[in-house]
Amino acid sequence: MTKMIATRVAYGEALAELGGINSDIVVLDADLSGSTKTAGFASKYPERFIQMGIAEADMMGTAAGLAATGKTAFASTFAVFATGRAFDQVRQSIAAPGLNVKICATHAGLTVGEDGGSHQSIEDIALMRVLPNMTVIVPSDAVQTGWAVRIAAEQKGPFYLRLGRASVPTLYDEDADFELGKAKTLREGQDVTIIACGVMVSRALEAADRLEERGIRARVLDMHTIKPLDEEAVRAAAVETGAIVTVEEHSVIGGLGGAVCETVCSRAPAPVIRVGVADMFGKSGKPDELLEAYGLTVENISFAAKRAIEMKRA
Amino acid sequence: MTLKRVVLSDPEELAAKACEIRKHVIRMVGAASSGHPGGSLSAADIVTVLYFNKMRIRPDDPTWSGRDRFVLSKGHAAPVLYAALAEAGYFPVDDLITLRRIDSYLQGHPDMNQTPGVDMSTGSLGQGLSAACGMAIAAKMDGADWRVYAVLGDGEIEEGQVWEAAMTAVHRKLDNLTIFVDWNGLQIDGPIREVKSVDHIGERFAAFGWHVIEIDGHDIPAIMAAIDEAQRTSGRPTAIVARTVKGKGVSFMENEAGWHGTAPKPEQVEAALAELEASRKGGVAQ
Repeated sequence: MTKMIATRVAYGEALAELGGINSDIVVLDADLSGSTKTAGFASKYPERFIQMGIAEADMMGTAAGLAATGKTAFASTFAVFATGRAFDQVRQSIAAPGLNVKICATHAGLTVGEDGGSHQSIEDIALMRVLPNMTVIVPSDAVQTGWAVRIAAEQKGPFYLRLGRASVPTLYDEDADFELGKAKTLREGQDVTIIACGVMVSRALEAADRLEERGIRARVLDMHTIKPLDEEAVRAAAVETGAIVTVEEHSVIGGLGGAVCETVCSRAPAPVIRVGVADMFGKSGKPDELLEAYGLTVENISFAAKRAIEMKRA
Repeated sequence: MTLKRVVLSDPEELAAKACEIRKHVIRMVGAASSGHPGGSLSAADIVTVLYFNKMRIRPDDPTWSGRDRFVLSKGHAAPVLYAALAEAGYFPVDDLITLRRIDSYLQGHPDMNQTPGVDMSTGSLGQGLSAACGMAIAAKMDGADWRVYAVLGDGEIEEGQVWEAAMTAVHRKLDNLTIFVDWNGLQIDGPIREVKSVDHIGERFAAFGWHVIEIDGHDIPAIMAAIDEAQRTSGRPTAIVARTVKGKGVSFMENEAGWHGTAPKPEQVEAALAELEASRKGGVAQ
């Protein structure tokens, strides 16, 4: 039985553990510490936890000031607020000066669920990856989240970690190793490549299983680092499999799919079909219902893969 | 090379330094044919007192961890900060003239990664106070005794983030944080009273729980005394609300909103420099 853990939960655990190792780590939250799971750090290291109240813009600026003095500042709130409401603070006070702030945003994407469109960020990857100096990671499971938190703490500069609310299957063994900017190949194949990130990676794997039943061998890449993108893995996928499907719980504009297309069109033109949220906002519903309603399904990924293969033959 | 820290304690000498800094501002903005003279001149006396009397700094070691920090939240007044930093010895005075040029380390708005002595990048208004709070929190966490100073514009406090940060500073009892509000009364589109009626600035900060001191922002002994009072104040941050004149020291720029972001032409530069020079001969600039 696969363990089901939300990436936000893994974040909270990794952060609390890191707090004991690295005394430069400080954590800020905007009245959501129970939901973002920074409360674990707060209870262990209250002197290094800064409750900012409902003031995301101020939180980002304060994190920047802390970082300017040598602290490693982790700032958490929901993704929609971290990247939307506080975009200019992230741009001007964190990204431009390249300060050591780790924006760890939870409740990303549609799987926020019932709270609806106002709380479902479908544009945060686009907003963060367009910023110079910003590293963007979208972990797919609890193990990868732990790595992402540790690498963010180790490396200097601004990071954006996109985390989810809902429990997701744990895909990796505890001792799995990851490299920043290097896609993880979860499955080899020659007919098509499915490039996924975050909560959609497990669905991409399921789609590959379905495709195999029909004799289609799909390569599956877990593209955990959106920026810097593993351009070599994308190029190789385009050249070796000739067709690509991207899958993300994000707008089809500007996210993983956009990043992959930018690389493909300039380095190895090949058909790319983007599976994601069409150009529209989210709405209320249960997480699985929403993924279904917005087409982020195993069936749709399989269908897109077949379409992409047809396109390369055309 | 070790630079000797210049500390001036005589108000007359500080006034003379402020005049030099104003002249740099005029020359820099004139040479760049762009920049913000009005709000640079209004803040000149405040910045001079901080860099030449009150702040604990080492110009030969700009990133010294024990230094007092300064955040120019009204980042468009970069010329006055650069002039003070150069006069203090952070970089050559001759470089000031490169302001805003393509290859210059003196960007249009302060950039902490390019200019020695700049502690925080600013430019988008309303953000500096949050960063200053972060620095002050860090000092408290580390039990360090360095202090944080910030200068905000009066128009700038129309930005909501300023008030978020104002709450943070009080909630966290940041008595190591002192801000100046450069109350010159003008913003780009005209008098702030007409644009957004930001009256009662002191009362607003007091209502948020700040220790408030209202002064004439061109009265150097008053600036010095206010900073001393802020240093003696415990348990809460201090806001020094400084009544100033936009364009102070150059009569044709004074109280004219048009000089917010307009550079003087060469003949205007000459006239402004002559007036500033003459004001020194007559004693403390009034």
